[in-house]
Amino acid sequence: MDVAIEAEGLSKRYGDNEVLKGVDLTVPAGSVLGLLGPNGAGKTTTVRILATLLPPDGGRATVAGHDIVKAPLDVRRRIGLAGQYAAVDERLTGRENLVLIGRLYRLGRANAKRRAEELLERFDLTGAADRETKTYSGGMRRRLDLAASLLADPGVLFLDEPTTGLDLTSRMTLWSMVREQVDAGVTVLLTTQYLEEADQLADRVAVIDKGMLIADGTPDELKRKVGGERLEVSLADPATVPEVTGLLERVAVGEPVVGDQGRSVSVPVGSGIDSIADAATALRGKGIEVTDFAMRRPSMDDVFLALTGRSSAGESDEDEGRTAA
Amino acid sequence: MKELATDTWILAGRHMKHIARVPEKLIGVTIAPVVMVLIFGYLFGSAMSVPGGNYREYIMAGIFTQVMFSAVGTSAAGVADDLKNGLVDRFRSLPMSRYAVLLGRTVSDMAMTALSCLVMAVVGLLIGWKAHHGVVKTAAGFGLLLLLGFTMCWIGALIGLVVRSPEAVNTISSLMVLPFALLSNSFVPLDGLPRWMQIIGEWNPISSVVSACRDLWGNPSTVVSDALPAQHPLAAGCLILCCLLIVVAPMAARAYHRAAAR
Ligand SMILES: Nc1ncnc2c1ncn2[C@@H]1O[C@H](COP(=O)(O)OP(=O)(O)OP(=O)(O)O)[C@@H](O)[C@H]1O
Ligand SMILES: [Mg+2]
Repeated sequence: MDVAIEAEGLSKRYGDNEVLKGVDLTVPAGSVLGLLGPNGAGKTTTVRILATLLPPDGGRATVAGHDIVKAPLDVRRRIGLAGQYAAVDERLTGRENLVLIGRLYRLGRANAKRRAEELLERFDLTGAADRETKTYSGGMRRRLDLAASLLADPGVLFLDEPTTGLDLTSRMTLWSMVREQVDAGVTVLLTTQYLEEADQLADRVAVIDKGMLIADGTPDELKRKVGGERLEVSLADPATVPEVTGLLERVAVGEPVVGDQGRSVSVPVGSGIDSIADAATALRGKGIEVTDFAMRRPSMDDVFLALTGRSSAGESDEDEGRTAA
Repeated sequence: MKELATDTWILAGRHMKHIARVPEKLIGVTIAPVVMVLIFGYLFGSAMSVPGGNYREYIMAGIFTQVMFSAVGTSAAGVADDLKNGLVDRFRSLPMSRYAVLLGRTVSDMAMTALSCLVMAVVGLLIGWKAHHGVVKTAAGFGLLLLLGFTMCWIGALIGLVVRSPEAVNTISSLMVLPFALLSNSFVPLDGLPRWMQIIGEWNPISSVVSACRDLWGNPSTVVSDALPAQHPLAAGCLILCCLLIVVAPMAARAYHRAAAR
């Protein structure tokens, strides 16, 4: 098995703030690793270190077979990076941006122009190619930035929160573009705050929190830990909570959780429509007044609740507590 | 080395496109210097006189150096902008020399100061300024001015990298520039100043460049001081500026490395 990215004990501190506390990563060539974590977890720091933008304080790493500290130029020749904030020159047109970066990758002027043309086409930017990028929307900037990272056909691609701030359509477009790269054999490390995104794109997911990896596995393994989809029922009358908890327990595959200041009950349910139908029938049978009845995909917060027993950002003041069954 | 030159060239081309797209910048390097020449030439030129000649001839070298000096702000703002919008990260993920980004910036900003010189020279000629000592000496004067401009661009790049905020950069660079600009012999002779100010003025590289240009161009000069740089302005100017460059350029390169690695 060829390893494209290997990191051992990466650490980084800013003053007293230990931002990375020994991160180990192994990404086999041709696969996608999703680095999942809340704000401030250290995702960007990890990516910047691996992309040779930031020297680590401790640990070592190789990317595409080259040491990031000893041979940064060799690493840079083989990687593409799309940072958390799209780095485009606002005064240049989309095409000029790509040609500029292509030439700096030493593709040569003619080659850079040809590649730029191809990528503009592929990323659906041909129509806007000759407009200054300051007129671009957020999604267009992201696509242009991603295109720039692909100019030199990198073997390893770093994408830092590639879809944050994009609407659903742009997000799906971007996902399919990433998949194309993976099909072409590119190794991808992408960071995300969305479990769903990791599920869509990644072969393996590493969960990072406060500079430490706290879980690692396939998306399915992770979801199994977290408990897959949940049915969430909000109630008009908090007094009905115990009764509803009892009813929902019968369709659940795990423990019910009371949340929203004792106004809602959520339970993990299996896939398929049966459990939903059963729950709805039972609630109606008892004449319980329901204000909201919804299926919810597990969120980042659920992952963190499941893995650490606390909510992710630490800023959520919901007093969610587990009720004993 | 060849790669450094190519990357510098490519990045300088990028800045030229910026200039072409942002009319304010073009005004800054053409119209503003012309206004300086006209204001100083006509407004003060008719009210002041210098021993041994006309004030308009006297003042031109001073105006040239002031405009070279203003390159500090241009370079500082450019660098700070690139840091802010993440382009420096992009550049640093590319396999290129870390001097290329700074060289691309300073070389293109120096080219802009050359354009300013050209425009000012033309207007200067129109209002009665003249270089009297032939092509070589005239060119040498402009060469020294460009060396000053180049040094100022590096100082500006350093300021931009340290200050980082495009908003603050302008204020800070003009604050740095103003005392040097005024404490020189650009507009008035130094003789009238208190002794300690005279000393600063004499060793100010601006004064050396101004005096050297006046000598090279055969314009009236008012040097009465026997301070070393005042006696050998050309050598002093070259030496001080080269020393500054040798110190500032590596500092800027290190600041670039550190500013980007945050
Ligand atoms: N230049 C810096 N100076 C000081 N602290 C920094 C610096 N860069 C990052 N940090 C700190 O390091 C921690 C991790 O930051 P990082 O940007 O890696 O998080 P992240 O996981 O990418 O978060 P986000 O989801 O918000 O992008 C944060 O606490 C942040 O404040
Ligand atoms: Mg980040």
